Amino acid sequence: MTGDPIYTEMIIEYSKHPSNFGEIENPDISRHDSNPLCGDSIDLQIKINDNKVSDVKFKGKGCSICMACTSVLTEMIKGKDLNDIKKIEKDDVLGELGLQHLIRTSPVRIKCALLSLKALKYGIYSYFVEKMNDEKSAGNLKEEATNLY
Amino acid sequence: MQTAISIETIRKDFPILQRKVRDNKSLVYLDNASTSQKPIQVIDAINNYYKNQNANIHRAVYALAEEATEAYEKTREKIAKFLNIQNREEIIFVRGTTEAINLVAYSWGRQNIIKDDIIVTTEYEHHSNIVPWQLLAKEKGAKLEYIGIDDNGELILDHLDSYLATGKVKLVTFSQMSNVLGTITNTDEIIKRCKKAGVKTLIDGAQSVPHMKVDLSKLGCDFFAFSAHKMLGPTGVGVLWVRKEVLETMQPFHGGGDMIREVHKYETTWNDLPYKFEAGTPNIADVIGFSAAIDYLNKIGMDNIRNHEIELTKYALDKMSKVKGITIYGTNDITKRGGVISFNFHDVHPHDVATIIDKDGVAIRSGHHCAQVLMERLDVAATNRASFYVYNTKQEVDALIGSLNKVAELFKL
Ligand SMILES: Cc1ncc(COP(=O)(O)O)c(C=O)c1O
Repeated sequence: MTGDPIYTEMIIEYSKHPSNFGEIENPDISRHDSNPLCGDSIDLQIKINDNKVSDVKFKGKGCSICMACTSVLTEMIKGKDLNDIKKIEKDDVLGELGLQHLIRTSPVRIKCALLSLKALKYGIYSYFVEKMNDEKSAGNLKEEATNLY
Repeated sequence: MQTAISIETIRKDFPILQRKVRDNKSLVYLDNASTSQKPIQVIDAINNYYKNQNANIHRAVYALAEEATEAYEKTREKIAKFLNIQNREEIIFVRGTTEAINLVAYSWGRQNIIKDDIIVTTEYEHHSNIVPWQLLAKEKGAKLEYIGIDDNGELILDHLDSYLATGKVKLVTFSQMSNVLGTITNTDEIIKRCKKAGVKTLIDGAQSVPHMKVDLSKLGCDFFAFSAHKMLGPTGVGVLWVRKEVLETMQPFHGGGDMIREVHKYETTWNDLPYKFEAGTPNIADVIGFSAAIDYLNKIGMDNIRNHEIELTKYALDKMSKVKGITIYGTNDITKRGGVISFNFHDVHPHDVATIIDKDGVAIRSGHHCAQVLMERLDVAATNRASFYVYNTKQEVDALIGSLNKVAELFKL
């Protein structure tokens, strides 16, 4: 294939063997989200300890782009502090998989790639606001999630 | 094709088929169940209307208005002939199949459906033949029931019988050809059983009318809906046909200009049929474009189109079934199947498939095809779908197969 590659070895590998696939008992963050157009659908679950992600899992059905990006995102946040995770941006996820070009080349498929980041931002927002009563730490996460794509 | 007109000649009439996509690849357009491409004759007709005839219809007396009115009404005559309809006033122009079905649900449905009545539809309907009935059923306290499908993708008519046996069914509504499985419905049998039970029938002809000969005076249904854009015509035009005895009992859908005879402060009398159901300035240009589309189809001949698609579909089914890891849905009996092939590759998501083959210029559809009830029945989130029309060739099927093999290779199926 010519042009900007999407279906690299790494993406196919992740789509067949996603990382952190499964469920957590009593998660502190649990967020479902879907793309109505293409039917990607994920459930993201996170366990928090001492403001750090002690465990993260996801399950769902989706295309390989969605599966790969969600896998990478879960790998990125495991063990990290929520205040650092808050700063994760589109390019951080896309860059891991060489998919930055999707922003330019595929307005449809970018939604598959960023679904999990959207779910994560919403999830952390709800965690701060609803569980911790901490509007300040929640910051702009909700707006960021809404405007992600 | 077994017609006097060769497929090469036909393809030359479609400007879009000459264009390149992606990295200078020839366009292989296989999403005809969604919408068809338009021949230059249709594009020219619309162009000509705006350049030379543009005026509102049915009102003014000057030359332009008369010409526009005549061109618009001629389309109605043409459709009557095309579908063997005796009364031209049974033909109502609407925006498309969706609006046609909503018109019936709103107008006939609200007058006739009462609490505990049953409306019967099928598991392979497009959302446009499900949602309007859900809305109506909720409003009236009526019930919506489904004729199921078997593993060949054919309707299980025993289900129909058991609904009819309740004596509560007021309407049976179904598509003549499934837009996902390509199944050609056993329409005659359903209508026969409904007639015996005194039940009205609505046929969604969105997929059938473009691809096979339909004779409405033989069919015997009460309502029939289809869209111009799937049969070489423009978007924004469709037809609702209603049997005259039924149409005469129906209250208007939209109120406004053109549909009235006399308007007073508190009372209005209705215009004659079909104008009673065509409120406001209609889509004149595209109705005139639609006329050119029907001329085009007539020139080729609907039987020739069906035969061409049978040949292509047989060829495609045979070749596709040899692609590694593929599952094809629906029947193998070509007499019961139109030129629509839905398929999946194990757990490879249809959007991945469509994106990969799009790089080769091959355009197929991936998703739920506005048929989520059917997706649930098939137990999949989505499928890939290739669908053919009169201008598609075996070489294009080969291009599709080549791209599908790449998918199989890439995902190591
Ligand atoms: C079987 C069937 N019914 C109804 C429709 C809706 O047609 P339209 O979008 O033109 O109103 C379609 C087209 O997508 C269809 O395939």
